[in-house]
Amino acid sequence: MQLTPDQVVYWQWEWWTVNATLVFTWVTMLVLVGVSWLITRSLETGPDIGRGQAVLELVVLQIRDQIDEAVPESPELYVPFIGTLFLFITVSTLLGSVPGVQVVAASLSTAAALAACVFAAVPMFGVARIGLRAYLRHYVRPSPFMLPFHIIGELSRTLALAVRLFGNLMSGRVLVGILLSVAPFVFPAVLEAFGLLIGVIQAYVFAVLALVYIASGARSFERLEEADRDPVDAALP
Amino acid sequence: METIELIAGISIAVSGLTIAIGSIAPALGEARALAQALESIAQQPDMANTVTRTLFVGMAMVESTAIYCLVVSLILIFANPFWSQVVQAVGG
Repeated sequence: MQLTPDQVVYWQWEWWTVNATLVFTWVTMLVLVGVSWLITRSLETGPDIGRGQAVLELVVLQIRDQIDEAVPESPELYVPFIGTLFLFITVSTLLGSVPGVQVVAASLSTAAALAACVFAAVPMFGVARIGLRAYLRHYVRPSPFMLPFHIIGELSRTLALAVRLFGNLMSGRVLVGILLSVAPFVFPAVLEAFGLLIGVIQAYVFAVLALVYIASGARSFERLEEADRDPVDAALP
Repeated sequence: METIELIAGISIAVSGLTIAIGSIAPALGEARALAQALESIAQQPDMANTVTRTLFVGMAMVESTAIYCLVVSLILIFANPFWSQVVQAVGG
């Protein structure tokens, strides 16, 4: 039973291994970049725009709106990173329905890499937004005793992010594999269709959780505390 | 030969127990979350979008404990490290 695309090895030389995860990550990136390049090559304004441009605008605006609803800050700050995470996971799970293509996001290496990106992005966005001192002060809030808990929490939520994505997507593939040997006629197709839904939902959940972690790291507690002291300020955003 | 049987038997039994026990609490939690969300949507249909979005994220977080159990039981069945070690030692 093949659990992850890591186990499919195409080419190996000493410690260099080219496995299906690597190959299909590049395929996914090529699809994303190629389609975007093809469509944005000829952008138009005005009432009649091309079909491709309409689809891309719809996707980008939808991502922007979702981020806008979730955080108080301007969404433009988060759209590139969160949107990339969402689009990459979505496209990789949707490509999984094409025969012969492996779902890259259903590999623990990919999931761990994406979670590591989020882990690194939290301090980057935080420091860029509220400064190094204010960001580091998060860790000793409300008291220095909380420092180990903050650190453990940050590590464990990264692990949870990776294992959640991997577990959900991998279990879908394994279920299809088991059903193929038990009832190979119609049920795998139904489950595959259900897998499309699961893939998009997991991409959405991953993106929203990444957004929540990043936004909470970039929140200035100084301003909140001042607002607490002065109830008139608290009413203002 | 006896070690192999022992490892196989224990792995299968424990993987079954893992998913059986580990899915009880998340199932109850998700049911509660869903019931509460339906109630809030019935009371305030205008907030349906926000409630649904929060529900999805919250459910994914509740579900993650069940997913950990699933991963552990799948590893025990399909990618058991002790099993491959013993098989290698026997020379199979």
